[in-house]
Amino acid sequence: MLPSQLKADQFSAYPPQARQIAANRIALFEGLPLAFLPLLLRELIAYDWKFPAERRELDHQLAYLGSLSAQQLADAMAPFGALHLSAELERLDWVAAPAQFSEQLTAHLWATHQIDAFRSAAIDYVHKVNASVSMPALPVSRLVMVVIGAGVDQNRYALFRKLRPQGVYFSNVDPKNGWSLLADTLAARAAAHPVPFGHWYIDGAANRPTSGGLTCISYDAMQGVRTALVNKMRAVMQPGGGGPEVLRTLLAQMRPEDLGLDGTGDKGVLTRFQVSILTEGSGTQLFSTTFVQWSAREALRRAQPVTLLARFAPRQREQSMKELLAGVQQRAVPDPEGSLIDADMGAYYTWINQQRLSGADQSSFLVWFENHNEALAISPALAHGKTESTAIDMRELMRRLAV
Amino acid sequence: MGISGEIAQRIALSRREFLHAATGAGAGAALFGLAPVRAAASSLGRKAVVVTFGGGARDEETFMPEGQENIPNLLKQLIPQSTIFTQVVNRGILGHYVATASLATGVYETFNNFAAVAPENPTIFEYFRRDLNRPATDAWVVAPSNGFNRIGESGHRAYGPGFGAGVILPKRLLGTALSAAGEAQYEHLLRDNYETPLYTPEIAGNEIELHHMAELLKLSVEAFTAHARNLASPDELSVYIARQLMRQLAPSLLWITLHDIDIAHSGTYSLYIDGIQRTDRLCAELWNTIQNEPEYAGKTTLFILPDFGRDSDTDPGGNGFQHHRTGDSLSRTTWMIVMGSGVRENVVVDRAVESTDLVPTVGSLLGFSPRLAQGRPLPEVL
Repeated sequence: MLPSQLKADQFSAYPPQARQIAANRIALFEGLPLAFLPLLLRELIAYDWKFPAERRELDHQLAYLGSLSAQQLADAMAPFGALHLSAELERLDWVAAPAQFSEQLTAHLWATHQIDAFRSAAIDYVHKVNASVSMPALPVSRLVMVVIGAGVDQNRYALFRKLRPQGVYFSNVDPKNGWSLLADTLAARAAAHPVPFGHWYIDGAANRPTSGGLTCISYDAMQGVRTALVNKMRAVMQPGGGGPEVLRTLLAQMRPEDLGLDGTGDKGVLTRFQVSILTEGSGTQLFSTTFVQWSAREALRRAQPVTLLARFAPRQREQSMKELLAGVQQRAVPDPEGSLIDADMGAYYTWINQQRLSGADQSSFLVWFENHNEALAISPALAHGKTESTAIDMRELMRRLAV
Repeated sequence: MGISGEIAQRIALSRREFLHAATGAGAGAALFGLAPVRAAASSLGRKAVVVTFGGGARDEETFMPEGQENIPNLLKQLIPQSTIFTQVVNRGILGHYVATASLATGVYETFNNFAAVAPENPTIFEYFRRDLNRPATDAWVVAPSNGFNRIGESGHRAYGPGFGAGVILPKRLLGTALSAAGEAQYEHLLRDNYETPLYTPEIAGNEIELHHMAELLKLSVEAFTAHARNLASPDELSVYIARQLMRQLAPSLLWITLHDIDIAHSGTYSLYIDGIQRTDRLCAELWNTIQNEPEYAGKTTLFILPDFGRDSDTDPGGNGFQHHRTGDSLSRTTWMIVMGSGVRENVVVDRAVESTDLVPTVGSLLGFSPRLAQGRPLPEVL
């Protein structure tokens, strides 16, 4: 089926809000190419479970497309329309299962050497959409705080090497009450600016006690979910279980209820996010450092919080050959030193993801080696590429960060 | 700064220029060492060892100043003795099995990366054996992933069955040995692919069986298993098997695919770095083996190349080092070291070449004709 053959009743299985939007935009959808529309529908079908910021972006995108004249729309879609798709792709039920279509389309584009053309078209399109949108002012400038190195006593690894050019490296920080100060800062901002899904706390172990108004997720709290998911994955990947293609479909269709989570109401927005972290993020099921990095990335990309506190904790050690030969580790053995290196890179990626959001030039970033003397701070109020070795406590550091 | 440091800096610099050019800006490419040093050399008795690694390593973690600490052996020992191509571009599918198969056929293969299927086009092993009338024992593949079991032989009607290489999958052999010994729970050892954990495809192809291997390599199953217990990783097991092959059978064409670096897909940066450092060490060990084995010393060309790169930190479609999904310039661009008898030492080639050029180049060196390959021989090493 091609988009020009669309009918409103084909969206009957969509959740209520998504179905309503589709009904209002049928005429627009009919004019979009097959290499584009299912990817838009992949976002739309999840509309009812999206964060407010995501909904706003999708609304903007639909408004942008709807504002184009017929010729402008044709011009904007021309690079996608020029891609050669197969008859098999046309036969897929891309309205009901756009995510599966997306997987098949990706494989087709790679196999036919059209992925570069698609990539170019997508980048150009996103630039145009972004240029057409005036983002609303943030209630407060964005602040991201990353805590790394739990469990490490002594460290020889040169921390923050990728971030140092961007801010000030503090080498003589008094760590006293450091965590409390960061947690209090998060709580105070949540109280002062009560934005839905606007203030997040992600922990690589268990969430520490917090006040209300926060969105909290942790690696430990999802242990049962992770185990249930890995068991399902293992069953599919055994001989006769279906293999990687079936696994992809299984993961794409996974709902919170399938893993023992509540997928209804407001809770459903967060539990679907949690499931996506485990089903879309490679390694998030097994390594807590990857869980924190990917969760922070996805929280920033999707929910666009104004405050994020992410704490890395030691992940389990990779199995040696001897352990591989013996089977799974009988007990997860932590690797604090390796986890510190993972988290140091994770902090850098978190800063990059923060920089992709609106208001980046006014945002602030802090990464602190937990209970140690090293930290790095980035903000409009601070210099770039500077080192400060004079003694400073965490409260003064936060004040210098101007948050 | 020593020679190795200068070369590393040059590679990083030229890569940046190339990537700049690939994204729209202009930049020139320099070419060094064009003059052939032994164009008329005989291919008789020559051998080739190809080392690929699945799980490319980026410049940031290798040739850039901050990454050079991870590759001391490449920088200080191998590169000064080699001709290095700084821009090897892979225009195919960036999945490890299909990309390695493309390296082996000289054609960008398009099959499903996660399917245990044979390449569609003839492999380097089939060209080699058919053109030079070589026996089955003269071409071998050692690969860690179970999904690579079909890489030794294509489905091409003019080649295919009877002309391929023997394939040794050390992890699979180890699993068999443990199973025979009544030791259970080796599922994790058989993890095929870090990108798709738990994947263990059905086996069919030219894969060698455990007791056949023991007989060929004069290595008891017990000794093999005991040795494996003292190794750090699957790649170390692969290199151990490769060295046994070199000592016992001395194949003229040996292809080794390493895979430890691909732990990067788990998102653990420190383990990715460990993989790079281990690969660096294993490449040097293989070179030392070539130098020390009479069957190889003085008549062997060693090729070392990643199958492709990894995503850049800044591409929003990726997640940095973790994957190779964006198709950006960094994930498509890698490098190749060529060294050995007759190859110019300490030469840097900055022009862009393609990963499909490998098979025609080996063909020119060994004297076979990969007539269906898309690439071109690289004159800088011929």
